[in-house]
Parts: sequence; C-alpha cells; structure tokens
Amino acid sequence: MQESADRPLNIVVLVKHVPDAQFDRHLSGPAHTLDRSESILSELDEYALETALQLAEARGGQAAGNMVTALTMGPDAAVNAVKKSLQMGAYQGVHVNDAALAGSDAAATSLVLAAAVQHAAGTPGAPAMPDLVLTGMASTDGETSLVPAQLAERLQLAQITFAAEINVLDVDGAATVRARRDGDSFSETLEAPLPALVSVTDQANEPRYPNFKGIMAAKKKTITVLSLQDLGIEPEHTGVAGSWTSVAASAPRPPRSAGTIITDDGNAGVALVDFLAASKLI
Amino acid sequence: MASVLVFIDVPGLPLPRASRELLTIASELGQPAVASPRALSDEVLQALGDYGVASVYEPEEELPDVLIAAKSAFLAETAQAAEAAAVLLGNSFEDREVAARTGIKLGSGVITDAVAVAPDFSVTKSVLAGSYTSTCRVQTGIPVITVKANSVEPVPAQASAVPERHRVAVPDAGPAARVTGRTEKRVSGRPELSEARVIVAGGRGMDGDFTPVENLADALGGAVGASRAATDAGWIEHSAQVGQTGKTVSPQLYISAGISGAIQQKAGMQTAKVIVAVNKDADAPVFEIADFGIVGDVFSVLPQATEEIKKRRS
Repeated sequence: MQESADRPLNIVVLVKHVPDAQFDRHLSGPAHTLDRSESILSELDEYALETALQLAEARGGQAAGNMVTALTMGPDAAVNAVKKSLQMGAYQGVHVNDAALAGSDAAATSLVLAAAVQHAAGTPGAPAMPDLVLTGMASTDGETSLVPAQLAERLQLAQITFAAEINVLDVDGAATVRARRDGDSFSETLEAPLPALVSVTDQANEPRYPNFKGIMAAKKKTITVLSLQDLGIEPEHTGVAGSWTSVAASAPRPPRSAGTIITDDGNAGVALVDFLAASKLI
Repeated sequence: MASVLVFIDVPGLPLPRASRELLTIASELGQPAVASPRALSDEVLQALGDYGVASVYEPEEELPDVLIAAKSAFLAETAQAAEAAAVLLGNSFEDREVAARTGIKLGSGVITDAVAVAPDFSVTKSVLAGSYTSTCRVQTGIPVITVKANSVEPVPAQASAVPERHRVAVPDAGPAARVTGRTEKRVSGRPELSEARVIVAGGRGMDGDFTPVENLADALGGAVGASRAATDAGWIEHSAQVGQTGKTVSPQLYISAGISGAIQQKAGMQTAKVIVAVNKDADAPVFEIADFGIVGDVFSVLPQATEEIKKRRS
C-alpha cells in the first residue's frame, strides 16, 4: 500500500462567505434571512482549502494536471470567498449567482450545488464528477451542517465527515480517501472509494495566509460565474419559494442580564454552593 | 392518532436522557414509534414501552458498518412503512447527517437545533449561536426535526405499551465509507458533553492543570468542557471544546472557570439555563452573561466549592 502520488486529483472545495462572527449578526427582511453585507470567507472553509492544496501539491500541483476549484453560491458579495481562496492558492473559482437563489434552505442549496460541483469539475458543456468534494466542518453562520450530507446524498458520493486527518492512497489498486475522525470516547479510521465528499475539521492543518505573490497571482485566475439557467435548474426549485422549510418568525434572544458578581473574600467557594442550592441545582 | 417516528441509535439501558426526551415530545405530538438501526433486546423494548412506544422498527438484516448512508436508507424506508407524520432525531452531528440524507430521500424539509415542537409541527429553534430564536415550518414532505438535548423534562407514559416489532427491508445505500480501524480512548465515566445537565469548563486561566475542573465536575456528576485556548494548548482533549468550533451545549448549569468568554466561547454555551463564572479578571466578558460571578482564583474557589458539596452530601 503506497501513496499514489502520480495520479492527479480533481478537487472542488465549497467555500462560503459569512458575516464576521466577531461582530453582532442580524436576521432581517420578510424571509428572516441573514444580513451578509459585511462578510468574509468562513474561517472553517480555510481548512478544507488547505487540505485540497496540500493533496494537489503532493501530486505535482497544477502543472501535473491537478485541479483545485473554489466554488461558492450567493449574491455578488459571495465572490469575496472565492477571491480569498484564489489568493490562498486555489487554481480557479466558480460563483453561482442568481437572484432566484435568495433565501434557499439546505435542500435547495444542495440541489444547486450538486449541479454546480459537476460544472466546476468539468469543462464548459461537459460536466464531470470530481475526485473529491471538500467542505469545512460547518459554516459559522447557518450552523445546521445539513448541506454537505445532502450534497453527498444527491450526488451519491461516499461521505466522510469531521476528518481530522485526510490522505488519498491506493488500496488494492483503487484510489481511496482515508481519514481519521476523533469522537468523545474513540478515534477511528475511515476509508471511502473516490469520488467522495469529505468535511474537514479545524484540527486537520494550519491554513496558509495569502502572501503578496499569491494576491498578485489571484488577479490573473479565472472566476466563472454561473446562473441557474447555465446549470439547467428551474428558478422555482430554489430560493424561498423552492425551499422545503420556511422561517415564520425570528426575534433576538433577550440579552442575558448579568447576575450577582462577588469578589472572593476567602469563602466564595461556599457562596457558590449556596447559590447552587438556592437555585435547586444540587 | 398519527405515528411520530423517533430515530434512536445504539439504544442502551437505562435509556439515555436525550432519547427519553425525544419519546416524550413524540408522545405529545402523536403515537410514538421507534426506528432502531440495530436489533433491540427485550429489555430495551420494554423500556421503550414505558414511554408509550407501540411500534418498533428494526432492519430486516443487520446493517453493514457503513455509517450514515445505511442508517439514512433505513430511516427513510421506515418513515414510509410507519406512515409517520413526523420524524424526530437527536441533535448530534451524526443524527443531523442522518436527518439531512433522510430528508433528501423522502423529499422532506429538515429542521435542526429544535428546542420545542408545537402540535402543528412548527419548530422553535435557536440560531446564530443562540443570539436569535426563530419559528420554522417544514413546507414539503413530512417534517424531519433534530431536537437539542435538555429541551423537555422526560415523562414516562401513564400506561405502558408492549411494543410490536416490525422488520424493514433496507435498500442498497450506494457508495459509502467504512470504518477500518478504531481506537478506544480512556473512558472517563462522565456524561456525554452535548447531553450533560451540568458542565464545568476550564480555559486559559487553568494554566495547564484541569484537576480542579475535573474534581468539581465529578462532585456535581457533570461533564468537563474547555475553551479553544485550553484544547489548543493540549491541556485537555479536543473533543471537550465548547464553542463555535467545538460543541454547542445547553445544560441546566454551566460553570465557566478561567474562561474570558469571548464570542467564540459564548457561541457554544449562552443558551445554558444558569451560568456561573469564576475568573480573576473582573473585566472578563463572561461576567456580562453570568447569573452568578466570582472574581477570584480558580485554584482556591473550585476546590473549596468541591469540598463544600461533598460536606453537604455526607
């Protein structure tokens, strides 16, 4: 069993622009959607991109026929996630941008991405299945983690989630992705035949920062913009109308009011237990 | 009465609290039924009957160890066989993935992170790391809903049922990953972090020594959590991390020790019912959300509290 470094890989990385979690985030509008006007590349997607770049570089990079495509869907601002990915080193970008996408839930999003992944991995007019679809462990905004699993279901890909370590090797002559996943009480090794979808945790690697050379090189890279028509998807299957779930109402959670704060006078441990007893917690 | 199907993976005895909560919610909504991807013992069957479960669905043939894909194929098939009005699952990563794939197979909308399900199946959930609460509905198909632990108080049925076993033929799940190796970690004997009613969590202020956190957690019968700073430093295993890049928890009691409470951490714990914070820095943001805060040294406050609890118990 040895690493098949000679075989180039065609990898699509899903990237998402999200509101910066360092600041307050708001839901607004009739469909209670997220305000993404100040958005950045989801931090968790950087680990997936780094994984893709390392796998491609270990096989000779772009010159050897590897491909790393950063794919996003969303309004104009979503392209920022692709641009940042290109600066980090992705070879090309694809942006699905269509007014009919606004307010898509996980089911509608995975429908569009299933088509987009094959366009991104193929050539114009000839969609193809990539060897690997990589995603972050979650988005830092929606947090439902449904999209990767639904995408795997729609594309009938083997799925490995929460990989803390990932490699591609030959197992009995078949290209296989091998990953380590850490649970609460165990650590396990998983294998899946290519093509596969793998979500990568923040333990997998240390994502690189775009350097000046990367930022300059990114300006020359291609970003293909696709509409729903390009993907052959009817607009009524996407957006708020095409979603299988809806949001009827949303309200900010009442802010937690600060309670009693005391300074330890040597008996704060006892005071803590008094508080727990008074709150019927012990 | 329409059947409400509860997916329970690895049912053991006693039934885990999270499972009992799901059964309680299901019996408020309809007739609870259980889909178990593994064959159940008679003892487990009876325990399910105590929660009013009249039907239990098991795969006709043992499922191969192919994780999510086969479980989803089984659950989708069962939902149709049981003519379920809704499907409820837990909110663990794996349960959410099973829900996700089952939703596509059934053509059904999926809602995660539910904290309440109304009789018309509209769902209350917390979003944006607990900073918003929203009400959602499934518009297409039968609702598939994953429910957070500690959402309700589990209540057994007034009259026990004797569940009837049904066997479900599971179609081929398609290409799937398989487990080729497994290393068990040291078992702590503490409750699962995502389901624990009490969590004691330590951060940078523990300075490499989690003993006071572990001792207090054990005195309270709780789980041990940690901030990203503590797991990144290697003071405790990564799976203990609470926060945006770790687990999201909603325990009855969350004791935060030596954690500043930046947004990263707050995102994982601000829906806890009661928050207690101990930090030597009076300006730590965690005090803004704490119900009870102590400005003091974790290495004196925590051991003193642990001793006091033991003293009152004896």
